[in-house]
Amino acid sequence: MNRWLLWLPLVLFGLFFGAVAIGLMMPKDNIIESKMVGKEMPAFALPAAIDQRPALTSADLSGGKPTLLNIFASWCVPCIAEAPQLLALQRAGVEINGIASRDTPEDIANFLNRWGNPYTRIGTDTTSKVQLELGSSGVPETFVIDGNGVIVHQHIGDIREEDVAKLIELLEEAG
Amino acid sequence: MKRLLCLLLMISFVTPIAAQTGLPPAPYADRQLEDPRQEAMASELMEELRCLKCQSQSIADSNAPMAGDMRSQVRERIAAGETPGEVRSWLIERYGNWVSYDPPIASAVTWPLWIAPIVLLLTALWLARGRFRKPGEGE
Repeated sequence: MNRWLLWLPLVLFGLFFGAVAIGLMMPKDNIIESKMVGKEMPAFALPAAIDQRPALTSADLSGGKPTLLNIFASWCVPCIAEAPQLLALQRAGVEINGIASRDTPEDIANFLNRWGNPYTRIGTDTTSKVQLELGSSGVPETFVIDGNGVIVHQHIGDIREEDVAKLIELLEEAG
Repeated sequence: MKRLLCLLLMISFVTPIAAQTGLPPAPYADRQLEDPRQEAMASELMEELRCLKCQSQSIADSNAPMAGDMRSQVRERIAAGETPGEVRSWLIERYGNWVSYDPPIASAVTWPLWIAPIVLLLTALWLARGRFRKPGEGE
């Protein structure tokens, strides 16, 4: 047997050890990005979530102007954190449509009264059907949609102050 | 007896603490399909689909509301005549191979996972081949 072959098991073990060590050191990545980015918005029609805003269909998202589609819920705490940013985007002239995930009309109305209502239309997705169509895996999530109804970007998690400028930039690029 | 009665009373008035959402689960989240053959196909598929919320569980195992919604979607699609393969690719199209516990062999990321055990086993056999020889032979 060749001398160097004696070292092979140790080398293999070293490689294995290294792989495991790297796996342990690296922070766990729980984010699942939607594969729908770059594709056309799947067809859907959701009933209105509250009386004050009209219902939402996929046709509303290809009106020639880039829009934001925000998935939120009254039971979602990060959604409260991103509310001021959504209002700022609305003040900047951005059209934001909402999808309320697994929610009741009363809870949605209370939530919007308390934290502000930046939405043009709100659809209610009581069984996550449209969320699954979009490849979305939680709330809040925000999709940037160009004027032709193509998804150009997915923002996972709450929109922080520093994200607002980037979203406006993406909307302008999509226009 | 009195104590037992008291305990029973207490238990019967317990209400579950607020769940994540106030809504009831989707229609087919926890209800089987009427056709046993379709239900068997659906539940087999549900064992192999990953929950988006609790990522180490299948949607069949998970109690997350979103897993319930996924189970309902799977059952509704199977009931509408889709094959399990079609439902799986519908989800893979949206979430990537990640969502399936049965990843394809041909993908650039997954083929080492399928090949590695075979390579390791062959390497081990090759390393151990000297051990299987009768003493006195070779070397």
